[in-house]
Amino acid sequence: MENWSYIIWILIIPFLSFLFAALPGTKLKSSVSGLVGIASILSVAILSYITAYSYFFVSGKTDGVFQKIIAFNYVWVRFSEILQIDIGGLLDPISVMMLVVISTISLMVHIYSWSYMHGETGFARYYAFLSLFTFSMLGLVLATNIFQMYIFWELVGVSSFLLIGFYYEKPSAIAASKKAFIVTRFADFGFLLGILLLAYYTNTFDFITLTDTNGALITSPVAATFMGASVLTWAMGLIFIGGAGKSAMFPLHIWLPDAMEGPTPVSALIHAATMVVAGVYLVARMFPVYLMVAPDALEIVAYTGGFTALFAAVIACTQHDIKRILAFSTMSQIGYMMLALGVSGYGGEKGLGYMASMFHLFTHAMFKALLFLGAGSVIHAVHSNLIGDMGNLKKYMPITHITFLIACLAIAGIPPFAGFFSKDEILVAAFEHDKLLFSIAFFVAGLTAFYMFRLYFRVFWGKKQAYHHAPHESPLIMILPLILLAAASCLTGFIPFGKFVSSDGKELLVHTHWNIALPAIGFALTGIFTAMAFYRKETNASKDITNALGAVYKWAYKKFYLDEVYLFVTKNIIFNGISKSIAWFDKNIIDASMDGMALVTNYFSDKIKGAQSGSVQQYTWWYMVGSIGIAVFVLYFLMIR
Amino acid sequence: MIQGVPLQHILLLTTLLFFIGVYGFFTRKNLFTMLMSVELMLNAVAINFVVFNAYLFPENLQGHFFTIFIVSIAAAEAAVAIAIIVNVYRNIRTVNAERINEMKH
Repeated sequence: MENWSYIIWILIIPFLSFLFAALPGTKLKSSVSGLVGIASILSVAILSYITAYSYFFVSGKTDGVFQKIIAFNYVWVRFSEILQIDIGGLLDPISVMMLVVISTISLMVHIYSWSYMHGETGFARYYAFLSLFTFSMLGLVLATNIFQMYIFWELVGVSSFLLIGFYYEKPSAIAASKKAFIVTRFADFGFLLGILLLAYYTNTFDFITLTDTNGALITSPVAATFMGASVLTWAMGLIFIGGAGKSAMFPLHIWLPDAMEGPTPVSALIHAATMVVAGVYLVARMFPVYLMVAPDALEIVAYTGGFTALFAAVIACTQHDIKRILAFSTMSQIGYMMLALGVSGYGGEKGLGYMASMFHLFTHAMFKALLFLGAGSVIHAVHSNLIGDMGNLKKYMPITHITFLIACLAIAGIPPFAGFFSKDEILVAAFEHDKLLFSIAFFVAGLTAFYMFRLYFRVFWGKKQAYHHAPHESPLIMILPLILLAAASCLTGFIPFGKFVSSDGKELLVHTHWNIALPAIGFALTGIFTAMAFYRKETNASKDITNALGAVYKWAYKKFYLDEVYLFVTKNIIFNGISKSIAWFDKNIIDASMDGMALVTNYFSDKIKGAQSGSVQQYTWWYMVGSIGIAVFVLYFLMIR
Repeated sequence: MIQGVPLQHILLLTTLLFFIGVYGFFTRKNLFTMLMSVELMLNAVAINFVVFNAYLFPENLQGHFFTIFIVSIAAAEAAVAIAIIVNVYRNIRTVNAERINEMKH
């Protein structure tokens, strides 16, 4: 048995680094804050790797099953003898895997930002927020109970809000940060209700107790029902709403494209690799409960994921902003992960979907962070987000070009890059469970290849662009993370992931299912070649198709008008209809009655304030009048009668 | 007991004395004169004590004691009051009661 108490430093170090960068404000030289941030995340990464090594290879297993280990635990609030909230660190395969993902991507982004954000005002503030985010995200994955997770869940929400609104002089950035915060907060309300409902019926927040397959919740679930579904289905459904909000699932996805207003490395860290997969992580955490007591909720997860995957991929084909394309692609890939969880069973081969989902989370974090950092490198060079302003960049930025191509191949699912392996597992899992979801996933795989290569060809090939000054390759410190992540995107697919992460902790042997993989590769290649035909050289083919599709294209380009629908609902129905009448009532009835009382008091006090003249003689005069009055009263009424 | 002087006369005297004090307190603006007026009122009351004691309960001495008590308290009070007045003068350069109105609304 190993001593795991050092895990707490994984949380403390980034928090201290946050305080160090944030508290002195502008007094400290900003490069010092940056260096401290990088050094602290480097030490966190090393600690995470040590943890991963000793958990997966040395002492995590007992009898061939990965154990859930409480590394440290403190009681925070005790409501009753049985219900309490702890703050602790839980080690199990998925949390250790997430530790590695978060610290790796965070380290890459920290290093990359050193050059990308160079010379920005608020450099120290940027590193402070990055540290805060890293701290919160690590706390989220290490949570031993659902309430601790909720606390850190809100913390990642607020750090995301702060970083999206980093350029706070830009009105669009402020609007985007508010939108992200409000939408996710709205979803978190469902999460909180779900937590309370679950805790009310089970008397515990603890993950180990909740997800124990021999535990009370799963062996004898609560029989109470509400509106035709069991309360646990309701609870898990509500918890999934929280996850859907954070992971930008339809219809709570509207904040993610706008969140691209933040600095690009932030998008890579938060809105591609780590925070947005928190919803997937949450569902994976509660997976036995979903599967065994709330299968209806799990169906919702699967179909929400599948629909989002398709929906976002269609929109991604029409967008013109490089970061937004990547944002929709992120939504689509997270939809994949949700779908994989939704179609999974428990134990052995049946748990393939679970393992595939986590595998895809892992590989996706690598290549999507790489795509975003590559996009950041391109934006850094051409000073524009629009792919119309780019083109033929392969000549100017060879390393960015190669790494971006690797990431595109990975996300398109071309072997031997990482995405192929995880996507194949997802397709297999979906095929065994539900043919409709499988066909959606299969179609989206091709679509993904198409829109990613549309982006790739438009940016790096395509027409000769007349640049004002020739774009040049980014500095080494930005290139280094790209190369490292590109290496990860090439190699992580070969990790025998089922050996480490599976639904029941036992080893799951995975092998490539060529009967499904080959058609998928073929379909992806079709997508790539279609994109190549359209966009490699400047042709009119794409324009013709756009014109032929007409209204449909415009519909997709406008993101199916969902933003407008939200705007209509919030502005016309909620603001103008409900809020205005409530505001009127508040202003004219509640406020007015209070104001009236104050006004009356004010009036009278104004009238009688003259009595307090400050003149001693006047006071004495009143005193004498009073005492004579009392004397007369006493004599006349009390003594004479 | 004063021979040939009835109680009512003395009470008339003390009443006059008291209201002279009250009048002075209300009309004078100088803090010192106001203080003197207060002393007049105090003395009127003191005389009342002595007189009631002598005329009504000659065998008792409480009235006399009260008077002595009042005189000594009055001395102390005058000292405190004059100290206050002096300090007021030092702070706001006046002993005019109408202009000492810092505490008004």
